[in-house]
Amino acid sequence: MLDPIQNLGKSGLRFFERLGRACILFARILGGLHTLIPRLGLVIYQTYSVGVLSLLIIVVSGLFVGMVLALQGYNTLVDFGAEESLGILVALSLVRELGPVVSALLFAGRAGSALTAEIGLMKATEQLSAMEMMAIDPVHRVMAPRFVAGFFAMPLLAAIFSAVGVLGGYFVAVGVVGVDEGAFWSQMQDAVDLRDDIYNGVIKSVVFGVVVTWIAIFEGSDAIPTSEGVSRATTRTVVHSALAILGLDFVLTALMFGEI
Amino acid sequence: MNTRIVEIWVGIFIAAGAAALFMLAMKVSNLATYTNDEGYTITAKFEDASGLKERSPVAMAGVRLGRVTDIRFDNLTLEAIVTMRIESKYNTLPKDTSASIYTAGLLGEKYVGLEPGGDEASLKQGDRIKLTQGSMVLEKLIGQFVSQFLSDDSSDKAK
Amino acid sequence: MADNNILVKTRDLSFKRGDRVIFDGVDIDIRRGSVTAIMGPSGTGKTTLLRLIGGQLKPDKGSVIVDGENVHELRRSQLYQLRKRMGMLFQNGALLTDLNVYDNVAFPLREHTNLSENLIHKLVLMKLEAVGLRGARNLMPSELSGGMARRVALARAIALDPMMIMYDEPFTGQDPISMGVLVRLIRLLNDALGLTSIIVSHDIQDTLSIADEIYLLAGGKVVAKGSGDELKQSSSEWAQQFLKGQPDGPVPFHFPAEDYADDLLDGKPGRAQTRM
Repeated sequence: MLDPIQNLGKSGLRFFERLGRACILFARILGGLHTLIPRLGLVIYQTYSVGVLSLLIIVVSGLFVGMVLALQGYNTLVDFGAEESLGILVALSLVRELGPVVSALLFAGRAGSALTAEIGLMKATEQLSAMEMMAIDPVHRVMAPRFVAGFFAMPLLAAIFSAVGVLGGYFVAVGVVGVDEGAFWSQMQDAVDLRDDIYNGVIKSVVFGVVVTWIAIFEGSDAIPTSEGVSRATTRTVVHSALAILGLDFVLTALMFGEI
Repeated sequence: MNTRIVEIWVGIFIAAGAAALFMLAMKVSNLATYTNDEGYTITAKFEDASGLKERSPVAMAGVRLGRVTDIRFDNLTLEAIVTMRIESKYNTLPKDTSASIYTAGLLGEKYVGLEPGGDEASLKQGDRIKLTQGSMVLEKLIGQFVSQFLSDDSSDKAK
Repeated sequence: MADNNILVKTRDLSFKRGDRVIFDGVDIDIRRGSVTAIMGPSGTGKTTLLRLIGGQLKPDKGSVIVDGENVHELRRSQLYQLRKRMGMLFQNGALLTDLNVYDNVAFPLREHTNLSENLIHKLVLMKLEAVGLRGARNLMPSELSGGMARRVALARAIALDPMMIMYDEPFTGQDPISMGVLVRLIRLLNDALGLTSIIVSHDIQDTLSIADEIYLLAGGKVVAKGSGDELKQSSSEWAQQFLKGQPDGPVPFHFPAEDYADDLLDGKPGRAQTRM
């Protein structure tokens, strides 16, 4: 009779326990950032593995998303004779929403899962323990560089996604369906505001970068050190990151654009 | 992996990201036409400023001269006070210029249209435009017409 | 400090994992310069003991004193200072898989000292020479055999010239030759570098051949201690069962379970295994 309530309480407690551990880890990473100054090489290497290695999927996806937006947008707008506004539609959708959100989802799938698996396996093969026993804090040596790399890579990836998407939209709009090139760019420039749209998009992607990297690192370091545990942690990273991205996107959008 | 190659790739990555941000700022957004601290501000009182927003264009003869920077309500006259920033190169607007709120196209956004007067003296920083016409009453008629037009259109589509 | 001779001292050490009692009042003294073996059947928490000594786990009760310092009362920074003087060899070496052999051995030196690369180069080659793997310096950990990986890890553990080294099951899964190499290395390094060694193992012959003193753990307690010969003469049933490898004795063959006949007659089928 009381079992469902007990189970609910149990999973609630477990959730808050994990959240607490995640927050402690986050605080320790922030507290360890100063130790990265002599270890800049590590940050560069991690930027390579989370940023550069995600570049291909980001560019390709951005290009196609931009092209699809232009094609779909054209079919709708042409009914109203407003196909000149295609530039606005493509640019605003990308800069405000799709750029930060889709690139963060791809980032979670490409880099986040890799981070979790890597840290989880380091834990399973006792590499993290070995570092601790060598008096080297794995939070400083392993997690902080990955966190900083994610923090910097995500906004850059989102910007590249948006820029490539706008170019993709341009090719379709001007090259394929024949929207006037001048109207495409000038309408876009008239409607897209640097502060309201571009800055806010960048802020979104910074928040997503922090959250995805944080989740990925936490799940890795909290994984049960077996092959099954690591695989589950990797799945959790992708699922939780996706939920966090979409939920936070709503909150941020409401805060940024809600009052207009 | 060779450290040098890693560093070169990261360099390319950062440069690409910076270039993308630069393109978004210059080519996609209005930064290129941003005139933030240049220019002078003038104000105008409108009976009805509905539909006008901050950053709405201010135009004369179809050329954009500046933007609306502030819209406030005047407690005394119960009118809207609209502050506009005009780019400093347009410094020969006559003192008796009049301002009206127009709509760009049928469904487009609102903008402030300026009509030149005949005065010798020019508008300066802080001056007020005396002759104004707010969003026209006709607009309500247009609004009704438009909504009727739209519902006809959509019911056509439904068929 | 009457017993300055004792490097590691545990008193009334108790540790639970969930409801399972791993240790229940364990007292161990490890003399400086000796090779001490901690032996016992699998699952008696030998590895846990090393983690308690290294401060990676906290005991529920009791104390661990290493070189006069109570490990679990130290602040994190003090604990890290202490750990610089402890080396630990993990079961599978735990080499950092993204670094090659040379960088693995250089890792603690680079992290903890400001030595020039030139000097680090010399030190690393000396340590690798000591374990006989100077020629393997450019290999990645994935290219090493298990025994080689452990030797590299040993070179890494002695890189900072610690006062003690803890070996976690160093002999498991080794062929006789690499086993012999490791046994010799442990003794050699201990005597040549003036180390104190703690070996956790259940490999009787090889451990007896190098250990000065042996603690036999079972059921969360120390059941026997002494030199190899003393243990062989010991009247303790535990010691006899363990040393002779008898399947049944004080350590039962069966995992604790309800009565066999009841269990069979009970008629409740177990849940089907749904997962691999």
